[in-house]
Amino acid sequence: MIETFINIILFAMLVLTALAIVRIDQLFGVVMLSGVFSLLSALLFVTLDAVDVAFTEAAVGAGISTVLMLGTIALTARTQKKATRSGFVPFIVVAVTGAALVYGTLDMPSFGDPNAPAQLHVGPEYLAGSITDIDVPNVVTSILASYRGYDTLGETAVVFTAGIGVLVLLSGLARRRREDEEEEDA
Amino acid sequence: MHHHHIILRVVTKMLVGTIILFAFYVQFHGDFSPGGGFQAGVIMAVAFILYGIVFGLNKAKQVFPAWVVHKLVALGVLVYAGTGVASMLLGYNYLDYGAFNPHHPSHGQHWGILAVELGVGITVTGVMVAIYYAFAGRPPPMKDEDW
Repeated sequence: MIETFINIILFAMLVLTALAIVRIDQLFGVVMLSGVFSLLSALLFVTLDAVDVAFTEAAVGAGISTVLMLGTIALTARTQKKATRSGFVPFIVVAVTGAALVYGTLDMPSFGDPNAPAQLHVGPEYLAGSITDIDVPNVVTSILASYRGYDTLGETAVVFTAGIGVLVLLSGLARRRREDEEEEDA
Repeated sequence: MHHHHIILRVVTKMLVGTIILFAFYVQFHGDFSPGGGFQAGVIMAVAFILYGIVFGLNKAKQVFPAWVVHKLVALGVLVYAGTGVASMLLGYNYLDYGAFNPHHPSHGQHWGILAVELGVGITVTGVMVAIYYAFAGRPPPMKDEDW
């Protein structure tokens, strides 16, 4: 009962934050509100007992992303450009996409359904084997690092690739090296 | 420039050590509590990013030079992939951590998980700090009033 109440409050605040993000022109406020949005989603993950995900969302979504968005604002502009065209067509596109997504959820198993495909595949095996095979109390860690070690290696490679991509695009390593050499010459 | 934001500077100096300690806790206690390499890496990076924001990019680069950061980005993936190669050299499957202690496979699992989580943490720390350096190093320094 109380959980339903908390969920309703959190979702209402999520929607309000999203509406405020759409309305505000000052990008600084938008970035701060997106941090708030991340923290609210982290709270939702906590109510779902997904503490690891909530932890990541709070650290990455509310922490790092906010800093990086502020860095982007510093590189570009502080205020949003005024829209010149009417928002009618974008609104239709968004409404249709949203309706399609809601229609898609109708086929999904309801929340916490023990017969959902996700609960019937390899999940029970991992939950049962985690203590005997791996002897790690946090099942999330044993699945992430051991049962699904290949996937996590792939994720690490994705993070690595993203980092290299940003470095190549933004940091201008070659230019900085040239500047350093010039300083040494001077 | 070095005379304003005195409260921020003092609080930051007090917090940075605690944040790094917490990152290590999340990293090495991930077997028992929420957390692991991804979260720990982000928290570790946040310590340096906070330092960079308050004391300036150049000070942060003195503490944690950019070339070290760039090496860490690759080192973490190598640690992770190297763990798999090590288990292969011991005659097991790739990333089968039982190889590290054949008599007690679950102990071997503990070592393997420790190693790969460390790899994840190193790469995530490196990437986050590198991205921050890349963003913060681009624009001319901005005056406080502009915000």
